[in-house]
Amino acid sequence: MRRVTWVLVLSLIVLHQDFWFWTDARLVLGFLPMGLFYHAVLSIAAAAVWWFVACRAWPDDLDVAPPPGGPQA
Amino acid sequence: MTQLTIILIYLGLLVGLGLLAGRLFRGTREDYLLASHSIGPFLLLMSLFGTTMTAFALVGSTGKSFRVGIGVYGMMASSSGIVHSLCFYLIGVKLWSLGRRYGYTTQVQFFRDRLDSRAIGWLLFPILVGLIIPYLLLGVMASGGVVNVVTHGAFDTAFADYGHGVPPWLASLVICGVVLTYVFTGGMRGTAWANAFQTAVFMILGVVTFVVIANAIGGQDAFLDNLRVATEQVRQHHPEKLTRENITQAQFFSFMLIPLSAGMFPHLFQHWLTARSARSFKLPVVVHPLFIMIVWVPCVLVGVWATSARLDGSLIVPADIANDSAVLGLMVDKLSNPVLSGLLTAGILAAVMSSLDSQFLCLGTMFTEDIMLAGRRDRFSERQSVLLARLFVVAVVIVTYLLSLVAPRRIFDLGIWCFSGFAGLVPLVIAALYWRRLTLAGAVASIVVTAGAWLYFFVQSDFADNPRYLFWGMLPVATICLLSTVSLIAVSLGTRPPRQEVLDRFFPGGESS
Repeated sequence: MRRVTWVLVLSLIVLHQDFWFWTDARLVLGFLPMGLFYHAVLSIAAAAVWWFVACRAWPDDLDVAPPPGGPQA
Repeated sequence: MTQLTIILIYLGLLVGLGLLAGRLFRGTREDYLLASHSIGPFLLLMSLFGTTMTAFALVGSTGKSFRVGIGVYGMMASSSGIVHSLCFYLIGVKLWSLGRRYGYTTQVQFFRDRLDSRAIGWLLFPILVGLIIPYLLLGVMASGGVVNVVTHGAFDTAFADYGHGVPPWLASLVICGVVLTYVFTGGMRGTAWANAFQTAVFMILGVVTFVVIANAIGGQDAFLDNLRVATEQVRQHHPEKLTRENITQAQFFSFMLIPLSAGMFPHLFQHWLTARSARSFKLPVVVHPLFIMIVWVPCVLVGVWATSARLDGSLIVPADIANDSAVLGLMVDKLSNPVLSGLLTAGILAAVMSSLDSQFLCLGTMFTEDIMLAGRRDRFSERQSVLLARLFVVAVVIVTYLLSLVAPRRIFDLGIWCFSGFAGLVPLVIAALYWRRLTLAGAVASIVVTAGAWLYFFVQSDFADNPRYLFWGMLPVATICLLSTVSLIAVSLGTRPPRQEVLDRFFPGGESS
């Protein structure tokens, strides 16, 4: 599942570099420029990816009970 | 005067919240600095978001979009949505776990333990403090400036030199006093509560402002029609602002490295450690990109609309306006009423203070833990430790305020340089968490190279005087991160591996490479 997580996160980073909409002047719903709409959707996609990670690939072994005493150094 | 009244009511509410949080204080050092690790998912989400979003999220994003166009969202917002959550997941949760296990409160404590060296703290401490101070000054000075502008004309005879508004030095003083009150009394719990409240305030008021401005520009009955009218005006007069033709792809890519800085912010480290459990991070990791979208999309649209919006035939914001940060204020001033103007100012102050409080507390904590208590914790009782932390917080606030009186206005150009410095240190924290082969020499090399490269680029940019300075067509942060990573790996591999006892402590069962 860790591998799927990394593939999804790397996909987000690659999709962020959207040279294909660089000079696209179309308006979505008549008011939202394509470049802005695309990146707003990317924000939603990022939340979806992290939701998947939280549900399926969360490192559950990290919850620990603290020992007595402070840092050594 | 309406605006001033609203601002004062808002500040009063914050003080009340801080005093309330102070009543729950348990009297221990851990409670004052880390809220006894009691912060659940919702409060963690709100405090992390409030801490990472500064005034730039509202004022700066609007001004930058006015100048550059819609590309600002991709450069600074959607990239942060991806990278901040990645930092919370990859760095935050793991550091929380180690912090709980070994009792860390600061980054320096973690690095001293992980690299088996007290000296690394003396190298890292001044760099972290040096990078965070301009960031703090930025907030203090921005808040004073904002209050002064919106209260212009509030007094008939007083403060003539300041447009008959509240002088910036007085506004900054009051805001520092308010933040100090709730940080001093409530510690980390007060800070987290105040952050949550302030995050809700600036998110809600940002959206309300967007709706009011859209309706005022459009003048139609339906909201969607108003949105269309506002954008149509931009298409007629400044179509280039609706695309990214002003930005190069290399520049756009390098901006993605700036949000990496969140991985090394000392104040975020402290917030991470307040979490009740590792599972508490799930909500912030998932929702952070959505919150960024809710705040930034309206601000970017308002900034782009400002390039073409007219009132009685004249442009609301002159094209040659010298101060981009004034764009949002002008739009609100011309297109709404004093009540909304006052509320929006409260929202901007909320965004500023929700970062300031964490930074004040964090610096106070670092001086207490990394300097005063390092190696001699046994000599101080819990009560004395809390007193020390409080005294250091007071000292940090006083010094910051005094510096803000003499710092040049160019300090605002330093923001991106602070972020670049922190981003250059992120390879170090990732290696410390996931790479067994990291050595002390490798860490020192990475820190020294980061500092050296940062200084070189800073001088080359005329000490931040040239905001368009690029290296190989990209922001300097790209080269700083590359050099930091290469030096860390090369020197670590060329030096003796860490002691086995240290590795067993941080990589039980041989986890990670």
